[in-house]
Amino acid sequence: MKVLVPVKRVIDYNVKVRVKTDGSGVDLANVKMSMNPFDEIAVEEAIRLKEAGTVSEIVAVSIGVKQAQETLRTALAMGADRAILIVAADDVHTDIEPLAVAKLLKAVIDAEDPGLVIAGKQAIDNDMNATGQMLAALTGWAQATFASELKVEGEHALVTREVDGGLQTIKVKMPAIVTVDLRLNEPRYASLPNIMKAKKKPLEEKTPADYGVDVTPRLEVLKTSEPPARAAGVKVGSVDELITKLKDEAGVL
Amino acid sequence: MHFAMTDEQRMIVETTRAFVETELYPHEAEIERTGHLPMELIRELQAKAMAAGLYAANMPEDVGGAGLDTLSWLLYEKELGRANYALHWTCVARPSNILLAGTPEQREKYLVPCMKGETWDCLAMTEPGAGSDLRGMSASARQDGTDWVLNGTKHFISHADIAGFTIAFMATGEEDTPRGRKKKITAFFVDKGTKGFTVREGYRNVAHRGYTNAILEFDDCRIPAENVLGEVHKGFEVAGKWLGATRLQVAATCLGRADRALAHALSWAAERRQFGQQIGKFQGIGFKLADMATELKAAELLTWEAGWKYDAGTVTEADMAMAKLKASEMLAMVADEAIQIHGGMGLMDELPLERIWRDARLERIWEGTSEIQRHIISREMLRPLGG
Repeated sequence: MKVLVPVKRVIDYNVKVRVKTDGSGVDLANVKMSMNPFDEIAVEEAIRLKEAGTVSEIVAVSIGVKQAQETLRTALAMGADRAILIVAADDVHTDIEPLAVAKLLKAVIDAEDPGLVIAGKQAIDNDMNATGQMLAALTGWAQATFASELKVEGEHALVTREVDGGLQTIKVKMPAIVTVDLRLNEPRYASLPNIMKAKKKPLEEKTPADYGVDVTPRLEVLKTSEPPARAAGVKVGSVDELITKLKDEAGVL
Repeated sequence: MHFAMTDEQRMIVETTRAFVETELYPHEAEIERTGHLPMELIRELQAKAMAAGLYAANMPEDVGGAGLDTLSWLLYEKELGRANYALHWTCVARPSNILLAGTPEQREKYLVPCMKGETWDCLAMTEPGAGSDLRGMSASARQDGTDWVLNGTKHFISHADIAGFTIAFMATGEEDTPRGRKKKITAFFVDKGTKGFTVREGYRNVAHRGYTNAILEFDDCRIPAENVLGEVHKGFEVAGKWLGATRLQVAATCLGRADRALAHALSWAAERRQFGQQIGKFQGIGFKLADMATELKAAELLTWEAGWKYDAGTVTEADMAMAKLKASEMLAMVADEAIQIHGGMGLMDELPLERIWRDARLERIWEGTSEIQRHIISREMLRPLGG
């Protein structure tokens, strides 16, 4: 079985994000970028399925600027077999919207015919949490989101989902779209020998036009702003005063 | 000329950095406090380093290393250099390249176990009476039949306590040179446990806690002729050919530690408020940060350039000496200023700064003192003018 793993190049989770002075978005010039952490988990899960003999080939796909090939090289160094880069923007500040990404992935699925798509549940930059679901709608495939456990049994995938207040286990018929949550696994380091080998793995470059997909944005960003600065706290003189304040002012006791 | 990292180099840095931060940093405080690196911890971290392909990555692919070019190797060394030296050297060992100079039998016996993490190598050159002037060494080997008999004392021998064998450099004669009479030197493999070979506990020192040094004593220690590494009387030639880039290794590890100290200083300068503002906004602090970053970058460029030239075959002794000199002196300055920016807190072992500052002191001494590096640089400048 072939697995498709979409990966997104996002601002590194360690970077302190700065809003551009004109409020049009986040400043991404000369900022460290990395693979979306949820996508790393998706790649890791695909590799584990391959190591278990369930999966025969892992294809990583990234849609964005040309520099996203760095993200794909990381996926290849971790253990993906080959990669497809769809260059859909020139400016690093252009975010391709979930619907356009889902349409492109649908087109890739039509060409590649995978048995399973494993994707991150959301990207940590815009937190849309939409692409996997949209892709399921476009393909008509089953979807299992927020996976914290994934087992493949014959024609089906058994997926444990992290839902409000607990866990839910569902069985979906493959081909299916699985989006993964934080606790599914701990991604491996791309080992040094595998990094050197990744250079020789194929990375195919495409454009949205190759798939006949229009990536023109449908959403308009009105404003991006920093979270409000936290108001200064107050010092209390005694435990009694603290309890009184928690009771009367904060109303939490 | 271009200065961009390749995808491979970027990923090597990312993997090594992630490993150092996730696997090594959590153990630093304990080792700094006890001065001891327990064998169980070594075994646990070795296994993780091997899984990540970081162990002995300096070695060529055909013997099980990662086959890195010199520049990529130095980038890896920089990341490892961030951590406590005992931790990264022991648990992510880089066996000495001189092991590649051995015969196939010697490689099998000495290099292979080092690659597998079963043992470590160590190099014995320095003596109480021979530091910078190595050819003034007095420990000697004389031939007896086909055997060699070793006598003398070596000291400051790093990690000899855990090494399964030592490569000992011994005087095996004298010769006339343009600079007077000099010792002929031969390199020998000496297995731990060989009769007449004793490893004694070394000195306690200010730097690199947990990373031991030892005193080696040879007392009529008899070894067979097959233990000669390279040719008889050609010990320094072997060392010169195979140990070439160790000065760049020192430079690169200094870069990592300086980068770590600077990152602490920078975030403190942005967080700490005194007199109603971030201390980084005071020129006295801001200019320190600027100087630290500039010095670090200068040292980095010297190191990367020398590494690049090493593979291009155009590196000179002076190129490598400049990188080592600059990086080690830069580290001393950056560590000192990082502490100054932190004030009293910089001296406390809550932060890694006090140890980076202590560790920095060693870097200007080992692998050739700053004075020796300056000698090498100026000698190369003056030679064409008949100097």
